[in-house]
Order: sequence, then C-alpha cells, then structure tokens
Amino acid sequence: MERLRRTMMFVPGANPAMLRDAVLYGADSVMFDLEDAVSLKEKDTARVLVYSALKTFDYSSVETVVRVNALDAGGKQDIEAMVLGGINVIRLPKTETAQDIIDVDAVITAVEAKYDIPAGTTHMMAAIESAEGVLNAREIAKASDRMIGIALGAEDYVTSQKTRRYPDGAELSFARNYILHSARAAGIAAIDTVYSDVDNEEGLRHETELIKQLGFDGKSVINPRQIPVINGIYAPTVKEVQKAQEVMAGIREAEAKGSGVIAVNGQMVDKPIVERAERVLALAKATNMEVD
Amino acid sequence: MQTAKTVTVGTMESSDIMITLKPNASGITIDLDSNVKKQFGAHITALMTEVLQKLGINDIAVEAVDKGALDCTIKARTIAAAYRLQGKTDYDWEALNSWNV
Repeated sequence: MERLRRTMMFVPGANPAMLRDAVLYGADSVMFDLEDAVSLKEKDTARVLVYSALKTFDYSSVETVVRVNALDAGGKQDIEAMVLGGINVIRLPKTETAQDIIDVDAVITAVEAKYDIPAGTTHMMAAIESAEGVLNAREIAKASDRMIGIALGAEDYVTSQKTRRYPDGAELSFARNYILHSARAAGIAAIDTVYSDVDNEEGLRHETELIKQLGFDGKSVINPRQIPVINGIYAPTVKEVQKAQEVMAGIREAEAKGSGVIAVNGQMVDKPIVERAERVLALAKATNMEVD
Repeated sequence: MQTAKTVTVGTMESSDIMITLKPNASGITIDLDSNVKKQFGAHITALMTEVLQKLGINDIAVEAVDKGALDCTIKARTIAAAYRLQGKTDYDWEALNSWNV
C-alpha cells in the first residue's frame, strides 16, 4: 500500500522550535525548507540545524522531505547533509526539465556511494512552478526511479502566467490537470500547491475539495492549523468505509473459495474497485476511524 | 587557531541559542546567559567547548544567550559559528557525522 500524503507541512529550516515540534501536528509529511524560507545569509546555519535535528529527533511517524536550494546555490551541500542525516525525500524547487532531476539524482547517487548508503535509499520529488515546468511535467515525473511525486508551486506559476490566484482556481486548471496526469502516468504522487490565506478556512475547504475530486494525493501546508481541515476532507464517510470493508471481505471470501470473479451486493468487483477500497481503508485508518 | 574576527549565529527566539565568538588570547572562555543555567549550565558549556575543540578552535571568547535550546540546536549553532569564524563555507560532513557528540 502506498504512503498517504494528504498533508505536506512546510517547516522553516532556520527555526529550532518548529524543527522540534514538526511531528506533533498530524501532517503525513514534513518538509524542511532550506530554500525560500531561509534568508541568503542563514543558508549555512539552517543546513546544519536541519541535519542536527534529523540526527536527533524521532521523525519515524512522518515522511521527511527537504526543499533544497538549486545545485549552483548551495544545493550540493544541502543534499550531502540531508542524505547523511537520513532524509526520506529531496524536493527540488522550480523544476523546469527532466535534466534538472537527472542532475540532482547524480549528486544524490554520489553521496549515497560516498557514505555506503544503499543506492536508491533517498527519494526525490519535484516542485513545478513555471509554464516550462508544467509542459515538461511528464518527462520530469519519469526522469528518475527515485521520484515519488510532483507538486505544483502555484505562486511562481501564476506570476509566470501573468495572472494571480483567484478563489475559483480556474487559472490553475491546466497546470493541476497536466501535473496530475503526468504523476499518474508515472505512477507517482501528485501534491497540490499551498493555500496561502491561512485565516480563510472556507477557502481552504473549497480548494481541498476541488483537488481531492480531481485526484490529488494531498496539499502542501504552510500552517499547522490547515492540517486537520485537509485531513478531514480526505477522511472517508462511514458509508464509504463500510462499502470498502464489504469489498475486501468479498475478496477474502472469493480467495478462500478459489473463485476468480467476485460480486459484492450484486455488483461485480474488479481491480480498480479493490484499489479504491484499499485507499478508502488506508484513509480511514489515518483518520483514526475504526477499521477491522 | 587565533582570529581577529567576531561572528554571531542563532536568534533570541524560544528554543534557540545566540552564540557570539570573539578573539581571546588564550583558552576558551564561555559567558553563558540562560534561564536553566543552574541545572544545565555546566552541560551546555561542556558541549560548546567540545564542539569548538573538535573544530580546532582553542582560543576564543564565547558569549551565549540560551533560550531553552536542546543539545542538537546548541551543537548546530556552535558548528555554524565555528565554520563562519574560520571563513569556511564547505563543511566536512564526513567528519561531523563521525562525531559522537
């Protein structure tokens, strides 16, 4: 069963208190930020703070992600420190082409080899934040076996499109759908952009319902208050859980009988229905619903 | 190693520590301001001294304002201060990773 990524919370790399508390808020992934959240003169201190935190705190209940700087702007040092610290995922910002991913992959590969870390241990994801990046999303998603997801970074993207964010999200429609298709074609996760207006819970709800309907795995989060709202929207209903449990019970029964074709409540159950049922049950468990 | 430079890293925010390194003629002196100095002052001072010595800094005056930083933060801030003092930007991660501090 693949990992849930309903919420990926940004944690500024230069803030020791937030590094310590990052696991407490219920995000599926925490993303330590060494890039835009850290001023140019603090890149060195943030890098060693996050490294030290990774070596000290128990982050095993979440997926750890780090947003590194571009390779020519400290990114190589970021990657060495983070891979050595045991980070799960390196997130490359402002990804424009598949070559960007190949270049970062090469740096990770060299670091893993240098420290005898099994090759491929460190995963990657790419943030896509421009028209060029969106149009290349398909190649970006497939550029490395390390890739586990691609994410839309909307603030830079809408600027590059000569527009801004609107409440209905129409300006992001193409980028969201293309990124989602590219991710699914590559068999990796699709993560939606942040919702920047932290005090507007209704807006966050509306946007999360939209991206859940499209099929996104989840959203990037800039404030812990947004996490329960998003996780709540991704929580299945009791009816959905019951139906999923019936499907899985039907599967077990059919397997016991050696039967190939399964019907539950008169409806034929095939592979996509089983996959949906598995995801519903995983979401239910993550929401602490009682699941057999 | 002796230096004429003064460097400061860290912030005055909760859970952080602000460390200033200044030239000192001989030895490591540490002036620590912390709400938990009674309980942890000796530990914090020993940790900073160990990190500085491992990085080859044996003559330095340290001024530290602790706001409840954990060991990993004290260690990270001290490392960053030491590297800045020495004007080095490329960290020796292999060496840092081998420490048992």
